Amino acid sequence: MRDVAIIGIGHTKFGRAAKTSIELFSEAALQAIDDAGVELKDIEALFQGAALPGFEEGQVMPAGFSAADLNLGPIPATRFEGACASASVAIRDAALWVGAGEYDMVLAGGTEKAVIMGVPFATRTFAMACHAPTEGPAGLTFPGVFAMAARLYARNYDLPLDALREKMACVSVKNHQHGALNPLAQFYNKLGDLKVEDVVKSKMVADPLTLLDCCPFSDGASALVLCAAEDARKYTDEPVYILGTGQGSGGPLSKMGDLTKPASRISSAKAAFERAGLSPKDIDIVEVHDCFTIAEIIALECMGFFEWGEAADATAEGQTEFGGKIPVNMSGGLIGKGHPIGATGASQVYWIVKQMRGEAPKGNQINPVPEYGMTDTLGGDFGTLCHIILGRTKK
Amino acid sequence: MGKGIEMDKEYLVLTYADYEGGIRDGKLLGLRCAACNKITCHPMPVCQWCGGRTLEITELSGEGELVTFTVIRIPSEGFEDDVPYIPCLVRTKEGPCVVGRLDYDTERATQELLGKQVKLSGAYTYKGDKFSGGPRTCPVFSLELSND
Repeated sequence: MRDVAIIGIGHTKFGRAAKTSIELFSEAALQAIDDAGVELKDIEALFQGAALPGFEEGQVMPAGFSAADLNLGPIPATRFEGACASASVAIRDAALWVGAGEYDMVLAGGTEKAVIMGVPFATRTFAMACHAPTEGPAGLTFPGVFAMAARLYARNYDLPLDALREKMACVSVKNHQHGALNPLAQFYNKLGDLKVEDVVKSKMVADPLTLLDCCPFSDGASALVLCAAEDARKYTDEPVYILGTGQGSGGPLSKMGDLTKPASRISSAKAAFERAGLSPKDIDIVEVHDCFTIAEIIALECMGFFEWGEAADATAEGQTEFGGKIPVNMSGGLIGKGHPIGATGASQVYWIVKQMRGEAPKGNQINPVPEYGMTDTLGGDFGTLCHIILGRTKK
Repeated sequence: MGKGIEMDKEYLVLTYADYEGGIRDGKLLGLRCAACNKITCHPMPVCQWCGGRTLEITELSGEGELVTFTVIRIPSEGFEDDVPYIPCLVRTKEGPCVVGRLDYDTERATQELLGKQVKLSGAYTYKGDKFSGGPRTCPVFSLELSND
């Protein structure tokens, strides 16, 4: 396999958008094309994450229409759907195809327009990524699944639930603090001075998760231009290399074993580290899938940044902040930045690349710039997991 | 060389329709694996533990332990009339876990319920919407009297 590089990145404002999902994607894609300094005619294939476009705008097969909107010609354009991990699996496949030599330059990313559905229908459609026959009639929602995981986490480690809730709230406080500094974030200039008690006392969604334990529904898109690493320096002085990826699949909640230790996430992260020839101690910054506060804690343990049962305390102690063991979600994460589900994985990569270029917003940029970064994206109730390890230098 | 296929072989020993029908009749049906002797529930075409292909329908006791639960306050569209309600995960005495609902006072549903013994006490049938492929049924569990 050839090495693969990211040479251009694009990202719309996250939040509520008047534009269509395809317009949002085109905006992010053209930014990425301009950032790379390439021409649309150089793009040989499109890999697009989009989770629920049929329910949002009555649009199935958006990738073909995106290719048309960008006048890319009759190139292969494919929608990838892995619920909230859709963009990450699109990027991973794009990197594999470029790595295999089938294409030299491609566009990858994702788009979503969820706000228009409204909370009850959005909650319904998101819950379609639960196992429909068994979890459907139980009335499980996504906050519900992670609420169940939070209760189990507290029991596994003999933590009083109220104590865990306060540690979980630290995730929301941190991510909102960084989201408020990010001009592209849904909560830019908002909720930056949140307190733990604000989170704990916020409206209960699914006991014990409150509204401020949850990420919002969002619109937005993000896109990347990928090319063969050997060509990358023709286009940019600062290519970012895809050093390793992993993907894992779960299943119905009832077949998972311990919800706080999903095998899909453990195996996906392990595969990415093995491909990259790196381990958690080498990674300088991560963007993880904090769809809910407890999800960030579980992710960090599964990826190996903390021992089992230690990420909640570590978060409360500031080890996931600047100067801590591993800065986590300096973009604001899903909680502070927003979560247009089909776009999120591309957004995570975008913000790692920004960090590596030293272009993250003031207050979010780590110093020195990271040498190695990693993304973690989750779809469904641990049904699709994807990890991408990025580096400023080739292996 | 393949061995060829029997054109009329039924690969699914227990379908969801039969499983859900069983729940409505007060029975939790599963599949016993001839290879590892373990029980698969809810149904799968192969053993959930070893992937074994020879399965036989069996009835579970309906007894188990409450692994975790939540109280839903903000529901999906179509579940507004149920709020608040308690989805739960139960580990059956026979081994496999099942998702269902817990019949319990939502205001008294606290962390202390985790690990309690529960028993199948009924069925909940969601009437369905345009997207659910018809009505769907899940098991309802109640706390065993001895620990309520």
